[in-house]
Amino acid sequence: MAGLMSGFGSFTHAVVRALPQSLAKEALRTGSLEVDLLKAQEEHDKYVSVLKHRLGLEVVELPADEALPDCVFVEDAAVVCGDTALITRPGAESRRKETEAMKAALTELGLSIVEMTDESATLDGGDVLFTGREFFVGLSMRTNQRGAEILADAFKDYAVSTVPVQDRLHLKSFCSMAGPGLIAIGASEAAQKALKIMQQMSDHKYDKLTLPDDLAANCVYMNLPSKGDVLLHCTPEEFPESAKVFEKLKDHMLIPVSNQEKVKVDGALTCCSVLVNRKKNI
Amino acid sequence: MTTEVGSDTDVKKEPEKVPEVQQQTDQPDEPADSAASASADQPQEESQSAEAKSDQEASPSPEPSSPPAAGGQKKEKGISRFLPPWLKRQKSQSQDKPDESSAPPKQESVEVVKEEQEETNQPKEEVDGGGAVTTSTEQTEEVKEVREESRAEELQPEEKEREEEKSIGSADTQPVREEKEDESEMEEKEEEKKEEEKKEEGKKEEEKKEEGKKEEEKKEEGKKEEEKKEGKKEEEQVIQQEASVLSTLKVNKKMKMVVCHVTLLDGSQFSCEVEKRAKGQYLFFQVCDHLNLLEKDYFGLSFKDNAEQRCWLDVTKEIKRQIRNSQWQFVFSVKFYPPDPSQLTEDITRYLLCLQLRQDIASGRLPCSFVTHALLGSYTLQGELGDHDPEEHRLDYISDFQFAPNQTKELEEKVVELHKSHRGMTPAQADAQFLENAKKLSMYGVDLHHAKDSEGVDIMLGVCSNGLLIYKDRLRINRFAWPKILKISYKRSNFYIKIRPGEAEQFESTVGFKLPNHRAAKRVWKVCVEHHTFFRLVSPEQPTKTKFLTLGSKFRYSGRTQAQTRQASSLIDRPAPAFQRTSSKRISRSLDGAPVVNVSDYSQADGAGENSPALELNSDSKSQQVEVMERPNADAATSITSETAFETDGAGAPQRKDLDKTQEDVLKHQASISELKRSFMEATPEPRPSQWDKHLTGSPATTLRLQTHGSLEEELTSLFLSKACFSGLAGSCSTAAAPAESAEVKPEGNEVIEVVEETVVIEEVVKAKPKSSTPEASVPVETEVKEERSLSSDSESEDEAEYHAQPPSTSISTQQIKEEPEEEQEAELSQQAPPSAIESQPSAEAADPGPAAEEEKAAQPHEEERTDKPLLTPDEAPNGHAPQGEAPPSPQTAAADEEEPHIVNGSASRVETEHLPQVICCSEPPVVKTEMVTISDTFAAQKTEISTKEVPIVHTETKTITYEAAQLDGNGDGEPGVLMTAQTITSESLCTTTTTHITKTLKGGQSETRIEKRIVITGDSDIDHDQALAQAIKEAKEQHPDMSVTRVVVHKETELAEDED
Repeated sequence: MAGLMSGFGSFTHAVVRALPQSLAKEALRTGSLEVDLLKAQEEHDKYVSVLKHRLGLEVVELPADEALPDCVFVEDAAVVCGDTALITRPGAESRRKETEAMKAALTELGLSIVEMTDESATLDGGDVLFTGREFFVGLSMRTNQRGAEILADAFKDYAVSTVPVQDRLHLKSFCSMAGPGLIAIGASEAAQKALKIMQQMSDHKYDKLTLPDDLAANCVYMNLPSKGDVLLHCTPEEFPESAKVFEKLKDHMLIPVSNQEKVKVDGALTCCSVLVNRKKNI
Repeated sequence: MTTEVGSDTDVKKEPEKVPEVQQQTDQPDEPADSAASASADQPQEESQSAEAKSDQEASPSPEPSSPPAAGGQKKEKGISRFLPPWLKRQKSQSQDKPDESSAPPKQESVEVVKEEQEETNQPKEEVDGGGAVTTSTEQTEEVKEVREESRAEELQPEEKEREEEKSIGSADTQPVREEKEDESEMEEKEEEKKEEEKKEEGKKEEEKKEEGKKEEEKKEEGKKEEEKKEGKKEEEQVIQQEASVLSTLKVNKKMKMVVCHVTLLDGSQFSCEVEKRAKGQYLFFQVCDHLNLLEKDYFGLSFKDNAEQRCWLDVTKEIKRQIRNSQWQFVFSVKFYPPDPSQLTEDITRYLLCLQLRQDIASGRLPCSFVTHALLGSYTLQGELGDHDPEEHRLDYISDFQFAPNQTKELEEKVVELHKSHRGMTPAQADAQFLENAKKLSMYGVDLHHAKDSEGVDIMLGVCSNGLLIYKDRLRINRFAWPKILKISYKRSNFYIKIRPGEAEQFESTVGFKLPNHRAAKRVWKVCVEHHTFFRLVSPEQPTKTKFLTLGSKFRYSGRTQAQTRQASSLIDRPAPAFQRTSSKRISRSLDGAPVVNVSDYSQADGAGENSPALELNSDSKSQQVEVMERPNADAATSITSETAFETDGAGAPQRKDLDKTQEDVLKHQASISELKRSFMEATPEPRPSQWDKHLTGSPATTLRLQTHGSLEEELTSLFLSKACFSGLAGSCSTAAAPAESAEVKPEGNEVIEVVEETVVIEEVVKAKPKSSTPEASVPVETEVKEERSLSSDSESEDEAEYHAQPPSTSISTQQIKEEPEEEQEAELSQQAPPSAIESQPSAEAADPGPAAEEEKAAQPHEEERTDKPLLTPDEAPNGHAPQGEAPPSPQTAAADEEEPHIVNGSASRVETEHLPQVICCSEPPVVKTEMVTISDTFAAQKTEISTKEVPIVHTETKTITYEAAQLDGNGDGEPGVLMTAQTITSESLCTTTTTHITKTLKGGQSETRIEKRIVITGDSDIDHDQALAQAIKEAKEQHPDMSVTRVVVHKETELAEDED
């Protein structure tokens, strides 16, 4: 057994979900852009492929549900940390049922499941930033205080701090972890403000990686046995300036992943997978 | 004689009481002035006589029959309340011995009367002070005369008793006070003074007579009495002796050993005998020795207070005063959780920390996940049991251990499973692993306190090594690292932190929190102060040399900081001590000596921070006041003020403390006093404590007498009573700097309005004949000596304290932690000048006689400033009563006394002038205004801050009423005096804080003593402020019988509206 809070970024499994046809037109979005379903499908396939083949993760691929146009964004349905999985209660009513398949999959993986049954609580996984030492929960349109409290109860070892999120869908719409103790943060005012709050709330010191584009600040960090630091990040085509910033991370295995279509429905890189660390012996 | 008989019982009681007082006061003074004491004794005697007179006077009004005895009794009774039980014992003794013959009936009647009086006295007195003042004064005059005559007869017993008591200041003081009051009421101060003098003379004569009688009696009685017989000087000596005797007696009686029960971390009980007066340190060291623990600094002893709240035992203070009525039950536990346990030097220390954490986990204080429970549990098993043994360790072998609040079979299985994986790990390694994981838990070392935010929402304040954490439910909603905090303060039940402005911000902000009560607020404040000092500073804050004498209790963490303890522990050179791991009822094999696992986290460097670590602990208001005070004192002021927890002299708080008495009242008083003392003690630099203790332990009363009688020419007593009522609990941070209305109210007229806070300043001026500046010479009372005693007591307990984290230069500087009981106190505190030993009995600390030559300025002005109360002219004494009268006397008086800085320079002179007998006038409106202004400013500042910051604004109404008594001394006024001594003493009780400033000034060959008391009464509306006020005034008078009340200022502050935000 690894000690407490060790092995940040170490994952063995990834849970993903296929893209429903309904995503193109029915998925929730803050903008009003048309989604090219085919392109989106292509992006998603590449994404899954990277996880599965390039990184060697065990990928659990859940079937799409046409009734759940946003179901591809599995991140919002569960928060996994260590051996515990918190099945969320998504803020968007239309997405509540997404958790069912997720719960089954995570149960299958042997995680201890905590469900958010409180009717007054809402929480999207996209609002949960786990830094390896603590949680930050964005209080947004999708996530409320009660949801954060339940998360805090589910992960008692860690400090859970709340961060107000304004003008963005999720906390992780403008930030994510780019390494141990390294926070990727957007350059926008809202993002910087949130970062300051997080810094104040934390007992730990974090380095920050500031990206010119908020959306580019959402990346996927992993620390894999044979590959070391791995970072899935935006492509130069989407955010050229931000991509340059990522490229300065010499020690990371950098894997640009296109997300052009899914971002139209507020999907970011982290949104499309739930990463799990399950040692085989358990 | 009949009277004697009757009085005997009373008398007996009285003397007992008196000695207590004497002891209290004497202790500090005793050492310094033997000669002075002699001189003082005389005055004391005088005062005693005066008391007797006053008693008589008082008696007639209440109960015509057996006037003298009754009066004495009454007074005594009033005093007796305050007196500790042992005094009573003495009385009983005396009773047995002496008055055999005379009239039992009288006694009975007297006693009854006394009781009634006791109950009623305060109110009566108060009443007298208020409406009845005039009448009472007249009566008093008449009575005095009569008394003088009759006293010889009647008084004899009383006097005897008094003498027996050795003219302990308390008894004397009581009458004096009464006299003072009367005087004030009379408006004819001069006459009164004369009368007093006469009385004093008469008293002396009486005393002499009494002495003779006493001698006889005394013979029977014993040493004390004998000493008394010898003469005034002798008496003085006696007093000292008494003090010593008392101490010895106390020693005899009090040397009682108390068995302390300490619950150790492994759940076992450790019992050890401790002298009843022992400091916390003694017990703590005993425990550490028992545990063979060298790295002590992370640990502490705690006890449960009456409210079942855990309180840390201050090792620098007497145990008894801290635990109050609680039992001598303590818990040994970790006080400062080392952020990096791997840096502890010894395994035994780590083991103890493990034990603490196991408790924390099992109790749920330290929440963790299932996995963590299992992991930590497995290390516990490995540490306690060693390697898993399949044969020996069946599944049920762990049922004796508790790994989690709710332990499930599943958890136990998991623990066992993990335990198996630790094979080969030594106990020390297992402990180290345990700690490495436990330290990462988010709630590791977080001390939680319930509070409400500005909106009345329930939150938790978490104090930890890094700073202050704010939780709402389980969520962290804010965090203030030590470097971000400029100041920590509390006021009443509010706790404030001033935040360093951010990069983009220009102004500091203040965040306020509402604690359940002011005790809780103080507790949080203290914990913050301690944690800040321990973790952030390299060395504890040094005693402030600041010009500002800080009034109020400065609480400081006096122990070693983490940096220091690390340094010290690095020097530990001993073989790893063998210790038995017996936790969880399990006898474990101890595999000690295992190599220490070093995981070094230097992440938390002590001290060094971005910002200078120093915190300011003072409250704004206080600071301002302090400033004012500073000017005057400049020289002497340096001393760190009022740590000397001076228990009000008269109040007998010290006495009570010293004396072990079973009476609940006494205990309460003592407790309250002890708290005050503590706070002050804490504030005081470590070096002093010894003196304090001595003083405290000793009988302060004697010293007081000596001082007062001796060199002190004038005594001014100012009583400030402030009451604060919180209209609503809901998130109210009180802010309002309501401009105080300075209204001149005649004493009688003072009827405090619904004001929440009342501040009463009573200045007592006593004409004594000037004695040599040094207290030693015994001078007849006749000489003109002016003693100004300013007693300021703030009744509101521990209401405020501030801690300023100033970014001094670089480093880790020191934090100033000031506890300000109340706003007023703050100012007063600042004034504290190093007291000369003489006066301040109350302030044991002050005892240093070394007269710092400084010009005294009239304390009065200072007082005024401080109190914000309009000064009333001459006949304040009565006025003082008047306020009391208005306010039904509350038995509880503020214990804390603050010495006023006013003594300092020119301002003091004004005061003196004021002393001149004058009818009530608003002589010093401007001054008052200034004071008011300062206060208001402070409030305003806070308000503004608060308002800006989300703290609810409370509107406060302030009303100030000043009563001044005619000032006797013309001398002092204009002349710049030489400051002989200045002391500030503060004591706290539940809802009252009393600050006493005592300053001695040499002017034109005459010594002047001024005492200003500031009493702040804080409390919700359910407290009878009037009573408290009346009681406080009464006590002040009782304490300083030979002084006259010059001025009484009542300042009320009421919070009108709770929230506005």
